Amino acid sequence: MDFVQNFPFFSIILSMFSGIISSVLPKRAAKWVNTVMIILVGIFSFILLFYMIGRGNSYTYMMGHFPAPWGNEIRVGVLEAGMALFFCIIMILSLFGGRKKLDEELEESKHSLYYILADLMLSSLLALVYTNDLFTAYVFVEINTIAACGLIMIRRNGRTIEAAVRYMIMSLLGSGMLLMGICMLYDLTGHLLMSNIHEQVSALAVSGEYHVPLLVTIALMSVGLAIKSALFPFHAWLPDAYGYSTVSSAAILSSLVSKGYIFLLIKIIYRVIGIDVFDGSRIIDMLFAFGLMGMIFGSLSAIKENDVRRMIAYSSVAQIGYIYMGIGMGTQAGMEASVFHILTHAATKSLLFIAAIGLTDVSGGSRKFIDLTGAAYRNRWAGVAFAVGSLSMVGVPLFSGFISKLLFAQAAVQNHVKMLPALIVLGISTVLNAIYFMKTVIRIYTPVEGTGSGEGVTFKNMKIYVVTLVCFIILNVFLGVSSQPVVNLIGQGLAMFS
Amino acid sequence: MSRLKPQEEYEKTMAFHFFRWLSGSKDPYVGEVEMKPQKEAEITESTILERMNESQMIRDKIYDVENNKKLILFHKIYVACAILFSIILAGLLLYTVSCLPRIGNAGNPANNEVPERYIEKGLEETGAVNIVTGMILDYRAFDTFGESNVLFIATITVLILLHEKKKKAVKLDDEDDRIYEPKNDVILQASAAILVPVIIIFGIYIILNGHLSPGGGFSGGAVIGAGLILYLNAFGFKKTERMFTEKTYKVVCCVALTFYCLAKSYSFFTGANHLESHIPLGKAGHILSSGLILPLNICVGLVVACTMYTFYVMFRKGDF
Repeated sequence: MDFVQNFPFFSIILSMFSGIISSVLPKRAAKWVNTVMIILVGIFSFILLFYMIGRGNSYTYMMGHFPAPWGNEIRVGVLEAGMALFFCIIMILSLFGGRKKLDEELEESKHSLYYILADLMLSSLLALVYTNDLFTAYVFVEINTIAACGLIMIRRNGRTIEAAVRYMIMSLLGSGMLLMGICMLYDLTGHLLMSNIHEQVSALAVSGEYHVPLLVTIALMSVGLAIKSALFPFHAWLPDAYGYSTVSSAAILSSLVSKGYIFLLIKIIYRVIGIDVFDGSRIIDMLFAFGLMGMIFGSLSAIKENDVRRMIAYSSVAQIGYIYMGIGMGTQAGMEASVFHILTHAATKSLLFIAAIGLTDVSGGSRKFIDLTGAAYRNRWAGVAFAVGSLSMVGVPLFSGFISKLLFAQAAVQNHVKMLPALIVLGISTVLNAIYFMKTVIRIYTPVEGTGSGEGVTFKNMKIYVVTLVCFIILNVFLGVSSQPVVNLIGQGLAMFS
Repeated sequence: MSRLKPQEEYEKTMAFHFFRWLSGSKDPYVGEVEMKPQKEAEITESTILERMNESQMIRDKIYDVENNKKLILFHKIYVACAILFSIILAGLLLYTVSCLPRIGNAGNPANNEVPERYIEKGLEETGAVNIVTGMILDYRAFDTFGESNVLFIATITVLILLHEKKKKAVKLDDEDDRIYEPKNDVILQASAAILVPVIIIFGIYIILNGHLSPGGGFSGGAVIGAGLILYLNAFGFKKTERMFTEKTYKVVCCVALTFYCLAKSYSFFTGANHLESHIPLGKAGHILSSGLILPLNICVGLVVACTMYTFYVMFRKGDF
């Protein structure tokens, strides 16, 4: 066995270990431990990704002295390694971009606690990505949920605590449904290991035995994870949670937490239920329909919003709708488009949140549109970054959003039944996206005289912030320009799933 | 244009005034009505307050259930829909459960090779007489490590939410404690003095014998935590603060979880790379046996006990 194969195990344990020791460390040390840990995990995942591309097939890694159905096991393929690398990049950029806000908004004694949450959040995301065991997945879903609550309410004011309570209730409902699904699946198949369940479920589907429980199980797991990742009718917790928490938390929540759950759902579809059985159930049409509704209603809510952070949050509802629409098509192309959109949305939404905070800071801290007029002249870097993010979300060529919309359209054409609704809603949603994002861009580039000059907004004062924004823009353009290799990798990774 | 009326008479008619106003040669308000430029609205605290009160009043009126008939209707429909939905969901789930395999049937899918090996080879492979402990701390130790981290992060979140700075909190809350709860209660103190040592020793027994008899880190830790809470209730914060503060919690948890992490990392690493682990399993049934399970049980027990105690303190006072 090659030494590289240990890297996923190292990544998970390292992130958990740094969370544990951060509890006794002072603020600065905890920050450094966090930064070094994320960079190390990122390097591990990068090496692993290249190793996996060279290797060409997936491998399993035994956690302990006992082989799989008895002990725990993790499993690595191209897609897993790529996702881990991507999560590390987004995490570190989000933390750097919001660092200054973090120092202002958090109480002195709670900084190291924040980094504990961030460390454990990363560990749970990595475990969700790598796990090959449904119960392990559930344990780390719990860690993820609690860490997300902490990230929302660490900036303690009335709105964030209300948002955290809301998030907790909805998210625990989702966890409960997932757990019920796992229990029933265990009862039907006698296994918790994904590959063994897959075998048994295929056999059950052929024999037609236990048809109703199997269908209910699929529904419970899909809806549970859909609630946790804020699919349209279950999105009530989202705008407050993203809109009022500190900006690093908002970026991490929108681009990583919900994506971890979606990735778990994709994994369950391919590795546990099997794409054919899932495709045969009606649940997939429900996900497709909810996705379409989310694309329109999320955008409509965003248009009505008068608060820039909440507008970006509502835009997430629409983008999550895109991802579920791709999953709901039930084809390989649709799934590839969804995974690519996970990358696009993560890279763009965190960029938008972090750029928006730069704009509101130079507008007297107000998030109302009227006060943001001309903000891009007061903070030029944030203005450019926000414009880039908006263009990407709307789907202008050269940026990543265009590629994912193109992939969605291509995937829709291959599916005869769902082609028409998918294409129509894609068109409507793009126009709606353009309405609210371009409205904001035009507003921040409308010159006004006098009000709130950009004092103190110099490159020197916010080097880290500007570098973060530039990194995000590069990531976005990279995804938009050299999309084909990324799409090929996603295809290769999805092929390794089955 | 010819006119029927002479000029003077025409000037008195409505038509004359109308056409003059239309052509703009006379503004009927100028000279007739007193006009002043509008004053800038003054924004003082009282006006803001007034406006807030007004909006509150409007909101009260709208959501006033007695006066708003539509709201009553909406509430009724909402409640009816919610009840209907819940009943349908409950019925669906009950129906699903009735379709699941019957409990206790030997041919059930859950009775396969997995529990078979746990039961038949568990003692030999883990050295633990209590198979459940063997399963959670040896076969599936990674899950249990995640589970202890759930407790850890839950405490961290409670600390974030409820922990207050010492300066402002202590005095006031201390007084509150005296008002609402009996302190120096003789009966409570006497019974606690007898019970607490027994409870804590029993908890330690459960943890140390976790691999031999029913019990283990989670249950034993809960017992110890309950003992600590009883002691705190009987004797107050002053006594407990001598031995248990926030720092104690953090250090104990950190040491326990670090040990767990390092010990199990060694075990995972050797296991995955097919290396031999040099941890002796000992003789089954002895207290010092079954390899890493005993120290791991102690770690889990410490984490659970500290977590329970910290939760209680945080919810009661917000500070140690």
